[in-house]
Amino acid sequence: MDTVFGIPGGSVLPLYHELAVASIRHILTRHEQAAAHAADGYARASGKPGVCIATSGPGATNLVTGIANAYMDSIPLVAITGQVSVAMIGRDSFQEADITGITLPVTKANYLVKNVHDLAATIHEAFYIATTGRPGPVLIDIPKDITTQRALFRYPPKLHLPGYRCKVQPHALQVAQAAAAIGAAEKPLLFIGGGVITSGAHEEVRQLAEGQDIPVVMSMMGKGGFPETHPLFAGMVGMHGTAAANYAMCETDLLIGVGVRFDDRVTGKVEAFAPKAKIIHIDIDAAEIGKVVQAHIPIVSDARQGLAAILEKLPGKGEHQAWRQQIRRWQEENPLRYEKGGLKPQYVLEELYNLTKGQAIICTDVGQHQMWAVQYYPLSRPRTFLSSCGLGTMGFGVPAAMGAAVARPGETVVVITGDGSFQMNIQELATISHYQLPVKIIIMNNGYLGMVRQWQEFFFDRRYAYSEMLGNPDFVKVAEAYRIPGRLVNESREVVPALEEALAAEGPFLVDVRIDREENVYPMVPPGGTLNKMVTGGKGA
Amino acid sequence: MKRTLSVLVENRPGVLSRVAGLFSRRGYNIDSLAVGRTENPAISRMTIVVDGDEQIIEQVGKQLNKLIDVIKISDITNDPYVGRELILIKVNADPSVRGEIMQIVDIFRARIVDIARNSLIIEATGDADKIDAIENSLRPFGIREVVRTGKIAMLRGAKTRGMEASGNGTGE
Ligand SMILES: Cc1ncc(C[n+]2csc(CCOP(=O)(O)OP(=O)(O)O)c2C)c(N)n1
Ligand SMILES: [Mg+2]
Repeated sequence: MDTVFGIPGGSVLPLYHELAVASIRHILTRHEQAAAHAADGYARASGKPGVCIATSGPGATNLVTGIANAYMDSIPLVAITGQVSVAMIGRDSFQEADITGITLPVTKANYLVKNVHDLAATIHEAFYIATTGRPGPVLIDIPKDITTQRALFRYPPKLHLPGYRCKVQPHALQVAQAAAAIGAAEKPLLFIGGGVITSGAHEEVRQLAEGQDIPVVMSMMGKGGFPETHPLFAGMVGMHGTAAANYAMCETDLLIGVGVRFDDRVTGKVEAFAPKAKIIHIDIDAAEIGKVVQAHIPIVSDARQGLAAILEKLPGKGEHQAWRQQIRRWQEENPLRYEKGGLKPQYVLEELYNLTKGQAIICTDVGQHQMWAVQYYPLSRPRTFLSSCGLGTMGFGVPAAMGAAVARPGETVVVITGDGSFQMNIQELATISHYQLPVKIIIMNNGYLGMVRQWQEFFFDRRYAYSEMLGNPDFVKVAEAYRIPGRLVNESREVVPALEEALAAEGPFLVDVRIDREENVYPMVPPGGTLNKMVTGGKGA
Repeated sequence: MKRTLSVLVENRPGVLSRVAGLFSRRGYNIDSLAVGRTENPAISRMTIVVDGDEQIIEQVGKQLNKLIDVIKISDITNDPYVGRELILIKVNADPSVRGEIMQIVDIFRARIVDIARNSLIIEATGDADKIDAIENSLRPFGIREVVRTGKIAMLRGAKTRGMEASGNGTGE
């Protein structure tokens, strides 16, 4: 950890006073929510904990969405908030908010430090808890007077956490059972999620897939955990997953879920999920096992250790030619496709992929553009896809990209956003400009809260209640006001030149792409539906 | 199905709201929760009675275990244990019915702990069945107020639900 994100204020003034002369880099965001998302993006891109700082009261409450977002996606984040002085707590003092109370359900742990002698130990414990086991956000609330006192710095040698169990070895018997089940399966399917990224299990996933000839599908959190251009890759599962991945889910006889939590956007109707499969479920969080689907062979462990243990127990190579060919046929019969002509977001992503050779770090916001980004920008490296998956937070993309740009200098960082989401943290253009963060912003501008509009089209009689974005600004001019160059794209043929210009620019760049306004995301499993009953495109697909 | 959980927690600020919040947040039905410190002042024990099917109880246990301050959870429902609850009942009691009430109090080995002109406060301890029974017996007289502690429980015999930690003490 070398960089923190935050905004100063009354109760953290003493902290900032020292931060200014410390060897830690501080990035001044323009909203605390963005500080939390930027720290989150930093963590996702680097694997190191992200840190954000806010003042008491409104500064702290502004962090809450970002903390909840990190909690849902199990991202290691340490939030430091100022608090009113100890003697003032509980009296509704100026800028007092019970932030430990407010964040109780969305933090892995949180602390109110009431004694300066506890400060070092608390910070140590917070980082330890945020980064170990199933990672997650931890908040430390520090009253102002604590930060003005002096104490001898003693780093506690050993933490006292009798109730915290974060390192679990895979159970040998379960591992043996899993290996046997893999050996016996005819239609095995590897289903990878965020745990694969967190634990760095991508190599083990590849070995298992290739060694045993097992097709691979992913959740959105798993994107980057297996090369999407690999012949064994069948796509994302769930609501906007590929037909092949969803059919495979319905037909597999052995589902190997690794670091996944079977979110409802993945399973559709739970009773009809993977109906023919025996399920191996590897997760570091015991509470995930049996929470949504019953696992036949549960393995509570780090994804990487669990897979490594299974790999050791597997005797030889596997071969599932018929199954693989079946999936291949599904892929050929139901490729992702869209109607050509007009200005299509999918086309923009394909060209972006070509120009960046698939090597960009892709950050998204939430909506249709997010799903298109998953579908049309295949990735092959872990920690290159940053998206708000569990909470679905519009406004995540831009600040997350700032965090990524800070964490991975020299890499191409691209934000795929929508006209709605972009405006939820548009003020961060100032941060980007201030620090010249080389973030390339591509707005898939449909003039709609497009995903909402799509649901209204499908499920609410096309009554587009408050989903049209009337009053959008000229985004290129907005960027210009922040001294960020930009380009408006109205036609297909302008796409490549605009992207080229954006990628060639040394610093940040904004491209406002006026995509076909009523383009939809296909395929789609209606909410609560079964995975093999997908709506495919009426027009193009 | 009601289950009785005995939960050891670190006596840290917020631990009660963490546990209680978890139940409400995840929609588990909590029947009662009693908490107090143990022989070790740094550690408290909660006795929680929770209602739910097997899968829910399993989730309750796992989710509780995830709380950093929770050291150990035991589902003692099927173990031999002494379960006790204390109840205070304020009941209407004009002089004409006092004798009858005192008989009931005797039968349940309860005690009268306060007397006013037209009411009595009765204190009783026992398991849930006994507590329910005495409350039902007094209802015809007109109950004005009831305060119950919720169940506390302890395993029978020399066995103690001791300090076996779910971690190894270092967080490692
Ligand atoms: C903070 C927040 N508010 C509301 C929503 C609900 N929501 C989900 S997608 C969406 C529309 C997003 O619009 P835009 O960013 O323009 O993306 P598009 O779907 O048009 O690509 C909305 C409002 C949300 N996910 N997050
Ligand atoms: Mg839009």
